[in-house]
Amino acid sequence: MALVDIVAHIPPARIAQDNAFFRTARQPSAVVGVLLLGFVVAMALLANQIFPGDPLDFVGQPFQRPGEDPSFPLGTDMLGRDLASGIFHGARISLLIGAVATAMSLVIGVGVGAFAGYYGGKIDASLMRLTEFFQTIPPFLFALTIVAILQPSIATIVGAIGVTAWPSLARLVRAEFLKLRHGDMVQAEIALGASDMRIIFRHLLPNTLAPIIVSASVMVATAILTESSLAFLGLGDPNVVSWGGMVGAGREVLRSDWYIATLPGVAIVVAVLALNLLGDGLNDAVDPKQERR
Amino acid sequence: MHQNTQPLVATHIEPLLTVNDLVVRFDSSRGTVHAVDGVSLSIKPGETLGLVGESGCGKSTLGRAIARLVEPQSGSVRLGGVDLTRLTRSGMRPYRRDIQVVFQDPLASLDPRCTVGMLIGEPLRIHGIGDRRQRRDRIADLLSKVGLSADSADRYPHQFSGGQRQRIGIARALALDPRLIILDEPVSALDVSVQAQILNLLVDLQSKLGVAYLFISHDLSVVEYVSDRVAVMYLGRIVETSTREKLWSSPAHPYTRALFDSIPRIDTGDLGRRRHMVQGDLPSAYNPPEGCHFHTRCPRAEEFCAVESPILRTVADSHVAACHFA
Repeated sequence: MALVDIVAHIPPARIAQDNAFFRTARQPSAVVGVLLLGFVVAMALLANQIFPGDPLDFVGQPFQRPGEDPSFPLGTDMLGRDLASGIFHGARISLLIGAVATAMSLVIGVGVGAFAGYYGGKIDASLMRLTEFFQTIPPFLFALTIVAILQPSIATIVGAIGVTAWPSLARLVRAEFLKLRHGDMVQAEIALGASDMRIIFRHLLPNTLAPIIVSASVMVATAILTESSLAFLGLGDPNVVSWGGMVGAGREVLRSDWYIATLPGVAIVVAVLALNLLGDGLNDAVDPKQERR
Repeated sequence: MHQNTQPLVATHIEPLLTVNDLVVRFDSSRGTVHAVDGVSLSIKPGETLGLVGESGCGKSTLGRAIARLVEPQSGSVRLGGVDLTRLTRSGMRPYRRDIQVVFQDPLASLDPRCTVGMLIGEPLRIHGIGDRRQRRDRIADLLSKVGLSADSADRYPHQFSGGQRQRIGIARALALDPRLIILDEPVSALDVSVQAQILNLLVDLQSKLGVAYLFISHDLSVVEYVSDRVAVMYLGRIVETSTREKLWSSPAHPYTRALFDSIPRIDTGDLGRRRHMVQGDLPSAYNPPEGCHFHTRCPRAEEFCAVESPILRTVADSHVAACHFA
């Protein structure tokens, strides 16, 4: 009786929640993505508590298989470094680089796309030529070149990924802005006397946010993958542990001690998969065709 | 509107807005569209000028050009003593308080991510009117003026019906106390029963506030209901302007007559006059016909109509028409 009463008193709007958050929560892929990503984030946050000390220190016998020594649950590599510690601390680096590089790409991509789409004409043409210039160079090779020239460090890796990953976002934002630019919403704002900046930042960007967030989650995944690839090729920051670097170091002993390269590889797969699933789920959730208004 | 204003014998009143020989062209890959082709009109304070015409005749473009939402190629739009077409975009801003626009589709013209309070308060914030508290009072006042409850301010446009949304659009247009509101097909997207409510609201507001309307519509019955004077537009040109009564009792231009004749009605037999409905489609605005734009569809057209453009001539007191036979 009590439960029936409570349910009866919930306003209908609360039962049939239909905003983007609840639609996302109904996407199974998004839920799996959030859980996996939460796991990776937890590893990053708890790395110092569970594995204090530098993960690059030689702490035990080399080539210990996972489970061989309870103090090294995932074993050690050929130099006696704790693999579990490396994977936990590596999560920090991967997420840090992924997030900061994506933030940088967002600023450039959204800025270029917004101004090109809003102003059109010559501004659009020149900004789009710039975008095409960046698009003609494969982003990974571009990032590789930048890091190789500037010496690998977290800052240069973030910068290299940030300045190479934005063109597709710029195109997306430009397309959204073009669509809205000549619609009645913008015309109405102009008629009210709103400035361009007010229209762009108060009205157009909030209405473009959904696709931007979707592509940002995939961009973080791509940035993590790019960083891992750079580190695998030896262009990671030598002072910090990185999943890609661990895979790179383990590849020479892949046939005898497969786990040294495979375990950090699994970590990369989990992190990238989590972000892609989340992006997919968000994409389905913000799809306007599903929006019931 | 006509129920509330003085009859228009008072022609000495200075017009609020004067449009002179306004031209708007759009260049596209297919050629040049002559959307507005030398239009002149004037609107007096507190009156409603109806602007009718088929879709595609340029009436919305004319309205938008007056509000400087599209740039005219030539001509002038004078508000008081100022030619708005010569102002820069920032120079135009203070004059936007005097001219506001209500669009056909309120859902498309209201930012879906803003609450109604934010939407109605935005013109006040843009023009720096009042402090936060005064703006809140003003929003409540505007909501009650258009017949919405005060708690509407915290809700979003999609939570309202079509008619209520148009009330939101009207409240926003009223926020700056404009002298002229351009109503661009304001009821065309609404159910007929709701149309009447919105039209009555507009009439009421005009009698209370003394605001002038440029009422753009393709619907003759709607225009008849609200207008003091009516301008008929065809392919970018105004072909006839008169008071509502005169236009309905004695239309002078063949196009106007054809428009009236094409209103569907149950005929009780031929009362001596043949009905001339408009035949065929509106000619393309890319290549408007030479001479009188209407001669391709006109029942009275003669050879020289295809050569010579008729100018607007006075056919009676405050009644002009652009036809060689008027």
